[in-house]
Amino acid sequence: MSVHTTVAPSYDVEAVRADFPILREQVHGHPLVYLDNAATTQKPTAVIDALVRYYHHSNANIHRGVHLLSERATEDYETARSKVQAFLHAREPREIIFTRGATEAINLVAQTYGKANVTAGDEVLITAMEHHSNIVPWQMLCNEKGAHLRVSSINERGELDFDAFQNLLGPRTKIVAIGHVSNALGTVNPVKRIIEKAHAAGARVLIDGAQAAPHIPVNVEDLDCDFYAFSGHKVYGPTGIGALYGKAELLEAMPPYQGGGDMISYVTFEKTLYNKIPHKFEAGTPDIAGVIGLGAALDYLQQLGIEKIGAHEHALLEQATERIASVPGVRIIGTAREKASVLSFVVEGIHPHDIGTILDREGIAVRTGHHCAQPVMDLFAIPATVRASFGLYNTKREVDALARSIEKVKEILG
Amino acid sequence: MADLRDLYQEVILEHSKAPRNYRVLAPPSTQAEGFNPLCGDRCTVYLSLKGDVIEDISFQGSGCAISRASASMMTQSLKGKTTHEAEQLYEQFHSMVTGATNAHSEQIGKLAVFAGVSEFPARVKCATLAWHTFKAALHNEREPITTE
Repeated sequence: MSVHTTVAPSYDVEAVRADFPILREQVHGHPLVYLDNAATTQKPTAVIDALVRYYHHSNANIHRGVHLLSERATEDYETARSKVQAFLHAREPREIIFTRGATEAINLVAQTYGKANVTAGDEVLITAMEHHSNIVPWQMLCNEKGAHLRVSSINERGELDFDAFQNLLGPRTKIVAIGHVSNALGTVNPVKRIIEKAHAAGARVLIDGAQAAPHIPVNVEDLDCDFYAFSGHKVYGPTGIGALYGKAELLEAMPPYQGGGDMISYVTFEKTLYNKIPHKFEAGTPDIAGVIGLGAALDYLQQLGIEKIGAHEHALLEQATERIASVPGVRIIGTAREKASVLSFVVEGIHPHDIGTILDREGIAVRTGHHCAQPVMDLFAIPATVRASFGLYNTKREVDALARSIEKVKEILG
Repeated sequence: MADLRDLYQEVILEHSKAPRNYRVLAPPSTQAEGFNPLCGDRCTVYLSLKGDVIEDISFQGSGCAISRASASMMTQSLKGKTTHEAEQLYEQFHSMVTGATNAHSEQIGKLAVFAGVSEFPARVKCATLAWHTFKAALHNEREPITTE
């Protein structure tokens, strides 16, 4: 018997990479180094195949046909709903509503729960690190209702000032809307504590999970949030699909979002009886293929294990932070103690846009700009940052390539 | 493949580091604001006309190397020109950076260093922001203009 034991690697990133056809692309003569995962993620073959399989074998409208294809499509669609339920650890599939993405999910809550429950003088509380999609829908609601949008401040690390947050909670706070993970800074917010405090003050809580769902296990029952929104395309699924979780009793009491087919149970010209949840919130023919693709993406994530993915990405983030921060003239924007996947930085005297162009010529895709979080940029007194964001297929080799290319940027523009 | 040095020519880098006419013009000049919502670049162009002639022109703002150099060199090129000549130059510059034409007229002069921009489509708006803003100042537009 051999005394040597080979420890199987807990996470085989090369095997994972083989699942993503796009990673074989060449960009300006270099292998693609895709570090723009916070904007959107690439799709594994399993997701692409699910879309093809649906159109090859099952395409039909759902919830209405008596024919076989419609039954197949309906079953696949509703199975995907159960997959989302399992992914978020919701109690029941009917607490999952399919939307176009996290943005539409937030708008849905603002336009239904918000309109029904927020009145003049009430307050909606957000934080200074929100994405525009978790600012503007609330601004629109507040303007319409004569309510006030309150913004909780963040410290120089990019962390929520928890005391300030608590002080802003009051009897008029009807809704607290907060990102689980900041897209511009990478900060992981202490959402469980936030939800506890908000509930104690009588407010309902929506968590924007667009940047968290790909990296952190989400358990809505344990968090006790009232609403949770995420986007399919950031969890390796198709674009144009996402989901909203809402507690059943809240969803049942909420007015519908859009009117149309599928969301009704009986229509006359005098009166319409709305369908049960979740169908009440899914007017019209949905993105059936997208939903099925999202289901396939969640299967893929579950199979790899979200904890393992998170650990892999965290190792990359730490390596990248150390490498990039050691380049003279670099300032990391967002140094929270709890971070996920996002490394935002600026280089003294060089505009992020110029850095983005030079990195692109090296095959490296990063995001440069304000990341739909202009208030965050204003807070740090910068117009923009370079943002590298890591996904489950990125490697240490790619982090090295990024660091080397930053040096090259300095050679060309420094 | 277009080389990065075609985009970041020495002249462009030099202007971006030490932009010319980077100041506010005292009234009664006109001014306009330009904004690129994609990257957050901002630019204010100040314009002082005497009759039909651009007597003085300046700018201020924050942006990438391309947008700063473009604004700087634009102010140099336009000073002393008639508004008609300036509009013509605007058209020629626009055609050049969008790759609509490869033939550069004599008027384009030093601005030919921006020809490389046409190989970098994502950067065309950086090069044209100041020019769009200049045009807005010329036509006295009050709303900030955007490149989108």
